[in-house]
Amino acid sequence: MNFAKIVRVAWDGLNLNKMRSFLTTLGVIIGVASVIIMLAVSAGAEAAIAEQINSLGANLLIVSPLRGVPGAARTLLLEDANAIAQQVVGISGVSAEQSPTAQTIKANGVTLEGIALVGTTADFPVVRDYALGEGRYFTADEDERKIKLVVLGAGLATDLFGEQSALGQSITIGTLRLTVIGVMAPKGQVADVDYDGRVYLPISLVLDKFMPSGPGGISMRRDAVRTIYIKVESQDKIDSVITQVTALLASRHDVDASQPDFTVQTQQDIIATQEAATAAFRDLLAWVAGVSLVVGGIGIMNIMLVSVTERTREIGLRMALGARPTDVLLQFLIEAIILSLAGGVVGVLAGVGGSYLFAQLGTMRTELVPASIPLAFGAAAAVGIFFGYYPATQAAKLDPIVALRRE
Amino acid sequence: MDTPIIEIKNLFKVYGEGEATVNALAGADVTVQRGEFVAVMGPSGSGKSTLMNIIGCLDRPTSGAYLLDGRDVSRLDKNELAKVRSQKIGFVFQSFNLLARLSALDNVMLPMLYNLHEKTDAHEQRRRAVAALEAVGLGQRMGHYPNQLSGGQQQRVAIARALVNQPPLILADEPTGNLDSQSSLEILEIFHRLHNQGTTIVVVTHEPDVAIQAQRIICLRDGSVVSQGGEGISPCLESRERATAQAQEATE
Ligand SMILES: Nc1ncnc2c1ncn2[C@@H]1O[C@H](COP(=O)(O)OP(=O)(O)OP(=O)(O)O)[C@@H](O)[C@H]1O
Ligand SMILES: [Mg+2]
Repeated sequence: MNFAKIVRVAWDGLNLNKMRSFLTTLGVIIGVASVIIMLAVSAGAEAAIAEQINSLGANLLIVSPLRGVPGAARTLLLEDANAIAQQVVGISGVSAEQSPTAQTIKANGVTLEGIALVGTTADFPVVRDYALGEGRYFTADEDERKIKLVVLGAGLATDLFGEQSALGQSITIGTLRLTVIGVMAPKGQVADVDYDGRVYLPISLVLDKFMPSGPGGISMRRDAVRTIYIKVESQDKIDSVITQVTALLASRHDVDASQPDFTVQTQQDIIATQEAATAAFRDLLAWVAGVSLVVGGIGIMNIMLVSVTERTREIGLRMALGARPTDVLLQFLIEAIILSLAGGVVGVLAGVGGSYLFAQLGTMRTELVPASIPLAFGAAAAVGIFFGYYPATQAAKLDPIVALRRE
Repeated sequence: MDTPIIEIKNLFKVYGEGEATVNALAGADVTVQRGEFVAVMGPSGSGKSTLMNIIGCLDRPTSGAYLLDGRDVSRLDKNELAKVRSQKIGFVFQSFNLLARLSALDNVMLPMLYNLHEKTDAHEQRRRAVAALEAVGLGQRMGHYPNQLSGGQQQRVAIARALVNQPPLILADEPTGNLDSQSSLEILEIFHRLHNQGTTIVVVTHEPDVAIQAQRIICLRDGSVVSQGGEGISPCLESRERATAQAQEATE
């Protein structure tokens, strides 16, 4: 019997019970679709992280207080940033940043609540590759003297002043009146940070006016900063700058350089750390998807065994008419493979569609992994062969006389 | 003389083990020449079906020799037996055994699916199936499904299916067992026609009316052949002879 004919016979066998064939396939469909969606979701999460980190600017070093050490969150100081700017060679800028709690902003008769404030040093636009749209950024001198100046995110400027120029206007943040000297160029939303909806202030002013003084007992430094960003002149100087910064801060903090109370990371370091954190999650998802594929395979095996039992007499007849055990084996094996491949095809479509839909609904960022399609499809085929083989051997093993006598 | 198509010597078929051992065949000898029309008779349980299964290569004997067309087939493996079945043998069963979901034509085409020794394209296969159905007088019923056909018609489809690979040997185990006498006659007529065209036919039957249509009657009892038939009244028909004789005496 040639292959095309066996496929034909197998196909007819499946058509005997269309609803049952479909339901059996559903297990594989769900398995394959979930493999693709799970991989797309975790790839999406990783892409979001990478995009967020890269949006900070190129050749950037990120200095943060060491997490998990009591008191360490307050150890990185504005003076540290100044020291780095003055003493480290091979850098083109240093920006310390601190963000207080969100504030209410009033201007031009408009009141906006829950606006994020970012205190930065004067180098911020250079360090973060974030250009001004109009006006200018404040200078180091203005920062140091705590002049009440503010630079608006592009979206916020429009929200407050519409078509009018924001430059020279005054706005009230909390109780503080400030003068607008610049508007940043539009940057949009990167990951969950809305750059255009924030205001940028001199960090000295933020530390002075907006940071809460620590509750009594714990010594809280008012001049602590959240992060210091360092712009390195070029890629090849990154290692040298890391060494210098580590040594400088260690001596300033009076700690051993091998056990610092801060971290100096490149963007790649941060991406890697974040991805390591999501890897466990991704592996779990992959396992869940894999298990559902196996469950789908067991469903196929179950139905094929039922089918062999139901069609015992037919198998006996086919054997009496000249079918070899091999022909019967192939017929049932191919039935199982058709079921799983059909499940694979529909599952791939559902998976791709599902990933797209998730992205469209905006609930989750998804990034279709092209390799996941052949992977899921191949897994479906393997499941068909693996779980179809046993029922097929049961069919091929039947004795034609016994099978023919079966009611 | 030609080699016989069936040559069976001292055939044993033992079922079960120990206490429950049954000698379904106990030293049976059967010879059938090419082109013969033979009936097999015997009481229930005498081993007729067992013998037919072995002749049809559906089963292997426990011991003894079976030469089919001069070739020893008693020790072939399952795949080789399947090949012999598809080339040499057409089966007709008591219960027709048509696939309900296939039309008459598709049922008749089934054996060609497994026929590897002849390369035939789909067109040629269809032509042969149509010819086989026409040969059994069902040219007008090709598209009908088994449940749309009478028992006699279903059995004729089954015969067409047995014919379609043009095997030299047709085996029928009680082919008229489920049919009324009119349908039985039609089936026998077809067998006669096939016989006249040179096909060898072996029919198992309980009905003397059917058996006497054959050239000779092989009579089985307790797993061995008590008469190969040919001359005289077959021991398997003696009781009937006696009964008719008594009936005649009674009327006189
Ligand atoms: N698979 C089997 N296992 C055990 N015993 C069997 C088997 N098949 C047949 N037999 C026994 O072998 C003997 C012959 O059976 P067989 O079916 O050949 O008889 P038969 O002549 O065809 O009878 P009938 O006219 O009733 O069809 C019987 O005693 C039967 O019980
Ligand atoms: Mg029988």
